[in-house]
Amino acid sequence: MVEVERDTAVSKLEVEGLTIRYGETVALKDVSLDVRPNEILGIIGPANSGKTSFLRAINRMDEMTDGMHVSGRIALDGTDVRRWRNVYALRRRIGVVFPLPVGLPLSIFDNVALSPRLRGVHDRASLEEIVERCLTRAALWDEVKDRLHSLGSLLSGGQQQRLTIARALSQEPDLLLLDEFSIAVDPVTTMRIEDILKELREEMTIILVTNLVQQARRLADRTAFFLKGDLVEVGPTEDLFMRRVRDRRTTDYLEGRFG
Amino acid sequence: MARKEGGSAGGDHLGREWWWDKIAQAVLFGGGISAIVFVIAIFVFVAQQGLGFALFDLDLATFFTSPQWRPTSEPEPIFGALALIVGTASITGLAMLVSVPFSIGAAIFIGEFASGRTREILKVLVELLAAIPSVVWGFIGLMVMSPLLMDVFDVPVGVSVLNAGLILGLMAAPIMTTIAEDALKAVPDGFREAAEAMGATRWQVIRQVVLPSAKNGLVAAVLLGVGRGFGETMAVLMASGHSINMPSSPLDPVRALTATIAAELGETARGSEHYRALFSIGILLFAVTFVINLLADVFVRGRRASR
Repeated sequence: MVEVERDTAVSKLEVEGLTIRYGETVALKDVSLDVRPNEILGIIGPANSGKTSFLRAINRMDEMTDGMHVSGRIALDGTDVRRWRNVYALRRRIGVVFPLPVGLPLSIFDNVALSPRLRGVHDRASLEEIVERCLTRAALWDEVKDRLHSLGSLLSGGQQQRLTIARALSQEPDLLLLDEFSIAVDPVTTMRIEDILKELREEMTIILVTNLVQQARRLADRTAFFLKGDLVEVGPTEDLFMRRVRDRRTTDYLEGRFG
Repeated sequence: MARKEGGSAGGDHLGREWWWDKIAQAVLFGGGISAIVFVIAIFVFVAQQGLGFALFDLDLATFFTSPQWRPTSEPEPIFGALALIVGTASITGLAMLVSVPFSIGAAIFIGEFASGRTREILKVLVELLAAIPSVVWGFIGLMVMSPLLMDVFDVPVGVSVLNAGLILGLMAAPIMTTIAEDALKAVPDGFREAAEAMGATRWQVIRQVVLPSAKNGLVAAVLLGVGRGFGETMAVLMASGHSINMPSSPLDPVRALTATIAAELGETARGSEHYRALFSIGILLFAVTFVINLLADVFVRGRRASR
């Protein structure tokens, strides 16, 4: 099954020879991998492996980071992201969820309505429809529907993280990047968000950076293992966990011998 | 366990760090409470000098509605402060009109757009601007702005509401800029990053995220500017023309409340009607300042509570 898909699928994201430097320090060395449409690609690895840098390069967040330099090619649907003249339009297609929830200091409604407004949706009915749909998808609607106009930053950590996901969904992205989303979230909320991600896979491609190898095992179709800036290997998640690996370091990491 | 049962509270003695902690607490308490003590002391002094007069001897209707300030006319002095109130209000209003857009704009540029060297140089210059003594600003109003205004508008007198308002605006701008910039800096970078990651342009980030979250600080900056303008004396005295007058255009000279006290208090007999009338003006200034601060507080709290 997996083999068949590998032959026919067109890549959502093609990464070739991606190298990222911060000044003299190399964060990521010559990484090449493909992300397929509607898959969840897990990225695991210890701290300072270049996982976050990898995500930041995809939507060109490096341009607002001092000293971050990216070389190589990242193609979204076949087009190099660095060739996009309108970086804002590029970023609107890519949803991002950061490790720490960022409830913008706006009302819950405005948090989710921000992205539609940025792209020019202003009529109240459409905005209300989008807000309800995205909050529902993020499993937050029932908890906040009676206080949509209270401050989003006053929600609990777990609620804020779901708000962040609702906000990312309001962009109607076809690529969703999650960077260790469960770091500040309780286990129950983590499981709820994981269920949401499984559903979202039907509609979009997801790259999930996580420091929990079991989370990658639960969610990811394929998993990539980054170590000190190298892509050690990438393959079907089950293969990695069934020890069908090419590199000893992968097994060592998965079994908790370091990291 | 055995040692505890022995009866001596082992290790419970007041060491040096315990005393230092107490001393530090006392000193800090004194520092904190002194602000309140001074405010109350000033209020008591001003009230004691002028409140009795303001409540019983002063005709308040005349005070607030008559534009005639004739404290020394015989036999019956007239204490009408309307022209002074209008003078102060018009100068402060014009100053805010000039300085608020400039200050907020400058703060946004310094805080959000300028980087590295440009930013550092601008900040130093703005702070330098804030350090210019008010008498120097008054001098500039009198010697530079006044002839300029006479030339541009072809009027015989260059000291006016416009002159004082511009000077006061320039004076208030650096402080407002500095505080507004601090308010912008207090907005976490995570907010900007999250918004930019969503595809917001620089301007959208500022307009939709940074300004709303810095709103309280920006209001504080503006109100501090208003307070600065309202209380400023020397520059206004020099640039406004200091003549009692109900202005009909920005080019008319006026007199401000503060300038009146400064110019007249030294020449009155202590305890005389005139002296106490000036203290009544002081009470008015005090009350207005108090109301401005209260409004700021209510506004900031009200915003929080309604959300």
